[in-house]
Amino acid sequence: MGAAHSASEEVRELEGKTGFSSDQIEQLHRRFKQLSGDQPTIRKENFNNVPDLELNPIRSKIVRAFFDNRNLRKGPSGLADEINFEDFLTIMSYFRPIDTTLGEEEVELSRREKLRFLFHMYDSDSDGRITLEEYRNVVEELLSGNPHIEKESARSIADGAMMEAASVCVGQMEPDQVYEGITFEDFLKIWQGIDIETKMHVRFLNMETIALCH
Amino acid sequence: MALEMLLCPSPGSCLLLLVALASSEAASDLNESANSTAQDAPNAWFAASRTEPDERISVFELDYDYVQIPYEVTLWILLASLAKIGFHLYHRLPHLMPESCLLILVGALVGSIIFGTDHKSPPVMDSSIYFLYLLPPIVLESGYFMPTRPFFENLGSILWWAGLGALINALGIGLSLHLVCQVQAFGLGDLHLLQNLLFGSLISAVDPVAALAVFEEARVNEQLYMMIFGEALLNDGISVVLYNMLIAFTKMHKFEEIEPVDILAGCARFIVVGCGGVFFGIIFGFISAFITRFTQNISAIEPLIVFMFSYLSYLVAETLYLSGILAITACAVTMKKYVEENVSQTSYTTIKYFMKMLSSVSETLIFIFMGVSTIGKNHEWNWAFICFTLVFCQIWRAISVFALFYISNQFRTFPFSIKDQFIIFYSGVRGAGSFSLAFLLPLSLFPRKKLFVTATLVVIYFTVFIQGITIGPLVRYLDVRKTNKKESINEELHIRLMDHLKAGIEDVCGQWSHYQVRDKFKKFDHKYLRKILIRKNLPKSSIVSLYKKLEMKQAIEMVETGILSSTVFSVPYQAQRIQATKRLSPEDVESMRDILTHNLYQVRQRTLSYNKYNLKPQTSEKQAKEILIRRQNTLRESLRKGHSLPWGTQAGAKNIRYLSFPYSKPQSGRRKAGAVEATDDDSSDLGFPSIMFSAHPQLGSLRESRLAQEVIPMKSLPQGAVAGPFNNGRDPGPGKRAVARPRPLFLTLDEEFESGEESEEEALALRARWTAERGHSREHYQSYSPLLHRK
Repeated sequence: MGAAHSASEEVRELEGKTGFSSDQIEQLHRRFKQLSGDQPTIRKENFNNVPDLELNPIRSKIVRAFFDNRNLRKGPSGLADEINFEDFLTIMSYFRPIDTTLGEEEVELSRREKLRFLFHMYDSDSDGRITLEEYRNVVEELLSGNPHIEKESARSIADGAMMEAASVCVGQMEPDQVYEGITFEDFLKIWQGIDIETKMHVRFLNMETIALCH
Repeated sequence: MALEMLLCPSPGSCLLLLVALASSEAASDLNESANSTAQDAPNAWFAASRTEPDERISVFELDYDYVQIPYEVTLWILLASLAKIGFHLYHRLPHLMPESCLLILVGALVGSIIFGTDHKSPPVMDSSIYFLYLLPPIVLESGYFMPTRPFFENLGSILWWAGLGALINALGIGLSLHLVCQVQAFGLGDLHLLQNLLFGSLISAVDPVAALAVFEEARVNEQLYMMIFGEALLNDGISVVLYNMLIAFTKMHKFEEIEPVDILAGCARFIVVGCGGVFFGIIFGFISAFITRFTQNISAIEPLIVFMFSYLSYLVAETLYLSGILAITACAVTMKKYVEENVSQTSYTTIKYFMKMLSSVSETLIFIFMGVSTIGKNHEWNWAFICFTLVFCQIWRAISVFALFYISNQFRTFPFSIKDQFIIFYSGVRGAGSFSLAFLLPLSLFPRKKLFVTATLVVIYFTVFIQGITIGPLVRYLDVRKTNKKESINEELHIRLMDHLKAGIEDVCGQWSHYQVRDKFKKFDHKYLRKILIRKNLPKSSIVSLYKKLEMKQAIEMVETGILSSTVFSVPYQAQRIQATKRLSPEDVESMRDILTHNLYQVRQRTLSYNKYNLKPQTSEKQAKEILIRRQNTLRESLRKGHSLPWGTQAGAKNIRYLSFPYSKPQSGRRKAGAVEATDDDSSDLGFPSIMFSAHPQLGSLRESRLAQEVIPMKSLPQGAVAGPFNNGRDPGPGKRAVARPRPLFLTLDEEFESGEESEEEALALRARWTAERGHSREHYQSYSPLLHRK
């Protein structure tokens, strides 16, 4: 990333922006270069180089999440074509473990950020709501790994989940009421009981990177 | 109070026992005299004519010696079972104290009876019987019912804690006791270091069944539970290995001349023994899984295969001086996944119950024997030794817990709090394992065996009673972080998504974490193992097959009673938005979660329902039966209901179109996804959504064929259904009213319907008709707002 002294400046800048330590940034930078083939930016095709990602049922969503403008904080919707290292780090920063020593407000904020990331994964058309169709999509993808499950059951499950969500979020509804979809606030409500702190983080500290040969 | 309860249910057996004991004395005397006279056989024969009436054939005889051992063992087991019944009858008692307390008390009772009547107790427990017959069922049961996923998630911490903890405890207690023994004043100078070490190893064997029962009741968080569970699982194995090793040492070096090379050999042996045992267990697990693949025609031998192979793995490992306990545990864990898919439902249930029964019997016998030997003459009391043992047990456990967890917390992303650690420390209850090992100390090597036995018994009594009883209140007092057992589909979905997401991100980062290991294993498993080990035509899950049966039954019934049975519904395909609340019955949630859990990952035991003494009732069977009953009830209700439908109250803007027959084409007009409405009242009757969710995929073809078969007598059709487009305001006339209730559930875009497929139309039509028949009024809206909690 340029000359040595500007590199360390940039590193410090990135540390400030994303909260990673310089070691972690170094490591992630190496990984970034591996993925991008020493280019300054990554495109969607570069993610095909990650062999294990092929097995992941939600790989398309994951890859998409990297380019989602909402996650990159570049806009309310749409997809970027390519991302640079800073964007890469931004996405990764969603997965940092929540530092519980910070104040309660900070913790709550981090939690919301993570949940927002998740929400964006569900809400593919960026309209701020997870509709039934989108939910179905997610469930189908999740179950796509198993050949025994047919599409109808996946849909039924999604519908059931939606119904459940409706009952959680809105309670008892009038017959004429329409439940459009899960908004972010509703999403938060659903997630209230589950502790996302322990689940949505990646241990960047002890990375024993086994260099995957592409 | 408790004892009274114990005695009340079992006066019969006590009486029997007493009678037996009393008569045994008499009988043995009789036999002896009979024997002695019979021995001088030739003379006796000639003397017969001159002897007493004894020699004649007696009409009524008693031969107690012949049955003594099985008889008394059976009586003990019965007594313990009766005591358990009494224990659970009195509701507050299980909260107060763990079942182990009860068993010990029963044992003490039996022991006092035996002691009181001065009866020689049968030699139930010696080394071979314990290790060959009593121990394997207990270990098998804990291995089989282990929740695998949380175990493997925490495997590192568990191994670290259980392995090192056991070692630290054993060595620490042994060494400190040896130091104490050096003090001349206590009169313990003749105890070698090795003996002390051995004692340390056997006393450090923890048996936290009591703690686990409390934890399950208090619903503590999963990690804490798993740590204790894992410790329980591995502890037996480790302490037995240590024990055997140290005995071997003691045999070799009676004079405490141990060279460093021996110690190194000992450590290496430790590892070999452990890993070898696991290896054999896994092999046997695979073999038995493979064999169950071919047993569909003789399902009666399936449990036999499971048990025999597990036992065989134990024996083979023991032959090679490897750890049989770890072998049988590994076998159970490996086998379980594949066997459960292969065996029939009844075999599966048999296996589970039989395993519980066997382990329960073993444990009972051990505890009773413990009670028996408490009350006896084989004690040696030495204040110093015993007190110091108690003290050191606690101290060393505290040291090992806090030190080891301090270190492992550095590596865990989810550290254990001090409260958690304290709970773990406090749950170090000793049990039957320690006692057995102490009892089986060879007297030749341990001249002061009685001292050890006494000390072990004291520690066990102390920990079981005092710690066992107080740990419940302690957990509640400390308010250890609870698990949130919200059983909702959403939660399941989200968590699965998160797992995949996390694995994906880690892939992108190039990390190698245990998620990837698990994914890799799953891939391998699917590709190779499942093909080899699982039957070709998978038996469908019991819920699905039961539903199919239900469907058929219902269809036949309905046709017979002249009602169209339209039992296959699905949540509408084309619905875009959800209106009004749907309430899913808990059964639906359960069946959906079943699908999710079985197909997204390995079965994840979200509910930590490990109770050593009971099996959770089979929820799916229960709910299936319940569903069947409810459906039948609702059917009958609907038949009776008839006119109670609010007709046309919301006719308004919503036209409902019904198809008259399955084969007619849809005509003009908007078709409401009135089908959807059905779910509304369906859910209040808890019948259909469950059917639609699990049965639907398999029933697709069934539906088609059934449609073709149904013959609907015209007159008994609900008029509204036949009416078609002109049902608004129409007088339904006699017979049933159709429901035009436009219960708006899903708004549809009608255009899509027109282009819908035939089968979907039929489904919707059927459902609409079904609504027509069933029509419940709105007050049947039950609020299922605790939707997310199981009833």
